[in-house]
Amino acid sequence: MAKIVVDVMLKPEILDPQGKAVAAALPRLGFAFAKDVRQGKRFEIEVDGEPTAAQLADVEKAAEVLLSNPVIENFTVRVEK
Amino acid sequence: MKIGVVTFPGTLDDRDAARAVRHAGGEAVALWHNDADLHGVDAVILPGGFSYGDYLRCGAISRFSPVMEPIIKAAQGGMPLLGICNGFQVLAEAHLIPGALTRNHELHFLCRDQKLTIENTNTAWTSSYKQGEEIVIPLKNGEGAYMCDDETLAMLEGEGRIIARYVGENPNGSRNLIAGITNERGNIVGLMPHPEHAIDSLTGPSADGLGFFTSVLKALVK
Amino acid sequence: MSLDTVAIAQANPETKQPFAELGLKADEYARIKEILGRRPTSSELAMYSVMWSEHCSYKSSKVHLKQFGEKAVKTDALLVGIGENAGVVDVGQGYAVTFKIESHNHPSFIEPYQGAATGVGGIVRDILTMGARPVAVMDPLRFGPADAPDTRRVLPGIVAGVGGYGNCLGLPNIGGEVVFDQSYLGNPLVNALCVGVMKHSDIKLAKAAGAGNLVVLYGAKTGGDGIGGVSVLASETFESKGPAKRPAVQVGDPFVEKVLIECSLEIFAEDLVVGIQDLGGAGLSCATSELASGGSGGMKVQLDKVPLRDPSLSPEEILMSESQERMCAIVEPSKIARFLEICDKWDVTVTVIGEVTDGNHLEITWNGELIVDVPPRTVAHDGPVYQRPFAQPAYIDQVAQEVINVPLAKSDAEIKETVLKLAATPNLADKSWITNQYDRYVQGNTIQSQPDDSGMIRIDEKTHLGVAVATDANANWSYLNPYEGAKLALAEAARNIATAGAKPLAVTNCLNFGSPEDPGVMWQFAESVRGLADGCLEMGLPVTGGNVSFYNQTGAVAILPTPVIGVLGVIDDVRTRTPMSFDRASLDLYLLGDTHEDLAGSEWAYMHNQRGGVAPIADLQREMRLIELLVAGRTKKIFSAAHDLSQGGLSATLTEMVLRHNVGATITLDNVGIALVSETPGRVVVAIDPAQTASLTQEAVAQKITLTKIGTTGGDSLVINGAKISLTELRKAHTETIPKLFG
Repeated sequence: MAKIVVDVMLKPEILDPQGKAVAAALPRLGFAFAKDVRQGKRFEIEVDGEPTAAQLADVEKAAEVLLSNPVIENFTVRVEK
Repeated sequence: MKIGVVTFPGTLDDRDAARAVRHAGGEAVALWHNDADLHGVDAVILPGGFSYGDYLRCGAISRFSPVMEPIIKAAQGGMPLLGICNGFQVLAEAHLIPGALTRNHELHFLCRDQKLTIENTNTAWTSSYKQGEEIVIPLKNGEGAYMCDDETLAMLEGEGRIIARYVGENPNGSRNLIAGITNERGNIVGLMPHPEHAIDSLTGPSADGLGFFTSVLKALVK
Repeated sequence: MSLDTVAIAQANPETKQPFAELGLKADEYARIKEILGRRPTSSELAMYSVMWSEHCSYKSSKVHLKQFGEKAVKTDALLVGIGENAGVVDVGQGYAVTFKIESHNHPSFIEPYQGAATGVGGIVRDILTMGARPVAVMDPLRFGPADAPDTRRVLPGIVAGVGGYGNCLGLPNIGGEVVFDQSYLGNPLVNALCVGVMKHSDIKLAKAAGAGNLVVLYGAKTGGDGIGGVSVLASETFESKGPAKRPAVQVGDPFVEKVLIECSLEIFAEDLVVGIQDLGGAGLSCATSELASGGSGGMKVQLDKVPLRDPSLSPEEILMSESQERMCAIVEPSKIARFLEICDKWDVTVTVIGEVTDGNHLEITWNGELIVDVPPRTVAHDGPVYQRPFAQPAYIDQVAQEVINVPLAKSDAEIKETVLKLAATPNLADKSWITNQYDRYVQGNTIQSQPDDSGMIRIDEKTHLGVAVATDANANWSYLNPYEGAKLALAEAARNIATAGAKPLAVTNCLNFGSPEDPGVMWQFAESVRGLADGCLEMGLPVTGGNVSFYNQTGAVAILPTPVIGVLGVIDDVRTRTPMSFDRASLDLYLLGDTHEDLAGSEWAYMHNQRGGVAPIADLQREMRLIELLVAGRTKKIFSAAHDLSQGGLSATLTEMVLRHNVGATITLDNVGIALVSETPGRVVVAIDPAQTASLTQEAVAQKITLTKIGTTGGDSLVINGAKISLTELRKAHTETIPKLFG
């Protein structure tokens, strides 16, 4: 069964307080690798069978009106097997 | 008796908790999140707030603050430790008590006067109450729904480790209406509602919360 | 692609500049050239355009607002007046209190959560900047019709934003308003008020005095927030660099602000700053020019030292950025080490970006090149002043002719129906679904909060000194008669302070209107300001500051004129306050004040789609005597409870009183139809122990206030004449509406 995955991230120019707090906490725990951290949301949408082009287009629409806030967020839609 | 009150960046109810300690007759000692030792306190309160903004998960970042190291060690040795609201979340993230606090079932912050029953009066923080006593103290949180697996729940119920339960409609979706729990030994208590906001009826809904602070002072005298 | 410097501006006087795109008029642009004796650099143009905007310069409102100063009463209570970040009043015992309301209307329409959140953040920084610890917030909110789809979009977001930010700062939310009206659809009003407390000696001002002192920027790093407008400059100067779109939305980080508050208070406590200013609207442009013109007059700033979140920002954008949670302090060189140490303790980013100079130049460099050289006063204070034309709009005379024709209860069944309908209508229904999303307990000093008439905070635990704050606006009355509407809102806010027994002391305001370019709107504004200034003069209350929000309109349709008036009062012992309601039976209920057939602008008329008629005329002398009576009733311990009458009249007041502690009442009313729904101003219901009857009568006679016994408390119903409404039924009607709409 395939899953349609929608990842929602704050637009790069928008302040991400949550990612910033995590980025600041990492070095305190001895993890020195992070130059920056941004935190996002992931939606996994299950459909029957292989997603059709029409379904994907609908998910795109849903992502734009519901799953993301286009004023401050971007999203990507992909299929995961 | 000296009760330490920890301030993490983003802690909000530290001054209220200190005031409650003083009202109960104790001495409140401010502990800073970066402190490496506990300044000789006899018990510690982790107060409410949004430590480190509660980003990532509530309590997840503060759990690693320097002051938590001596606190965890002392509490494992029997020192009374009370985590209120955000402090409860820190206790859970530090695995000093089982389970986790998750988002309220109605998905928004809720502040209201909440009726509770005290169900275990044998802990360091609840001995001033009568078994089954009903009290009203403020509840205010966005992530106060207590969650754990069935096995843990059965254990908590079986061992009488649920110290307080919500009365009436479930305010946040907590399993079995859990408002607070204790560890096996009864020295560590995690509590979602705020007894420090109910120490007199002028500024709170009642003076019902004072019992948590008088309890610990009694426990320390023993 | 090149940096526009002062040298280049001098060498190339004819370069075309996008002043119109930045909102500057041709004559304003010419004035800038005249001030500088050359064309401005693009950075200077950015600064002037934002500082001379309506929002920052009050260019349309200034000529009217000066009445607040001219008509002001002489009072020793006012420690800091209009012009600073917030006014400060003396409340006794060495304490000073500062309070202010600001609007964040348009950003909250675009992005409800962040708009409302940063609205709270901004006003809290204004209060902090005065040297005060913020102790409470309030939020008067106005939305389109409760059942409109867009209201369902903006209301939950705005409420969550107010709560999300305020709760995380640890500030109790002690009141506000929620009002629904068609005119706010597309123009929701998000006004935020903050109260702060300090000792007299701790008052801080926005001034950069003392040549050689350091200019220190601390708090969050600077990003591209809220500079949508100025990107026109960036795109000209920097063609292909940087993110294509700059966000018009500012995102707040309440955690950073909470840390900034504690860090700043620690800095203030050690007296480490000469002057301080928060970075709000117009960011660094505003902070540097205001600090410089408030102090020695000059300042040198190295703009390239500003720590950036987004390294692609151009100098113009850095000057304009409205990134939140930033402060600018003036620090003596001998104190900078300790200043940096405290910032380090709190993990707050801090940078010395310049120094104070003598003279009259604000000089800003970018990697050594001079990009700004302006007299700071011309940026901060010498903006354009408009005498906008205003004229009474035609509707005023038309609506005055309209006769209100609404059903008035006669039978018992009609009484019951009226009371239940009013209890359930969105404007009067229980708002706890909203207010329960706000923390009202934090700090442990909250004496009163919603749904009390006013919010009340204890400021000294030993002496029990406290302050009360109420905000009110009656846009329906302001629509019919803006002059009286403003006075009536002032009277109502003052009365809401006094019902608890506190004494009104000072006034702030947030004036929400449509476009000032519409002469009718401008007339509404001018009349409102005149009414408020006259009212404050008559009541002896100083105006300590305020905020104007214009352009709240969709197309040609403006919002109802909505002057939100905040009144602050002082109470010497919070333990003796008069509560809003009674918690026992066998008390007598009295109505203070006369009731007339005042249906124009009433909630009952609104519910029947009747918006016309003649608004009541404010009788402030009588209001002041009523306030005297209410304060005396507290100090002489006459009252068991007191509650104001406003929207929804006696019916709404009785509903709120009986439901508060679930104690009913039996009421007898003459002319019951009018008595239930009329909104005659200047009325209060009080509950007294029958033993106090003589004392109450004596006080009422002394103040010449009409006193009518209307009933007694007790039982599990609200009984009015023959109509019996069980408290269960009344509670259901009152509490179901809002959760059903938004839950």
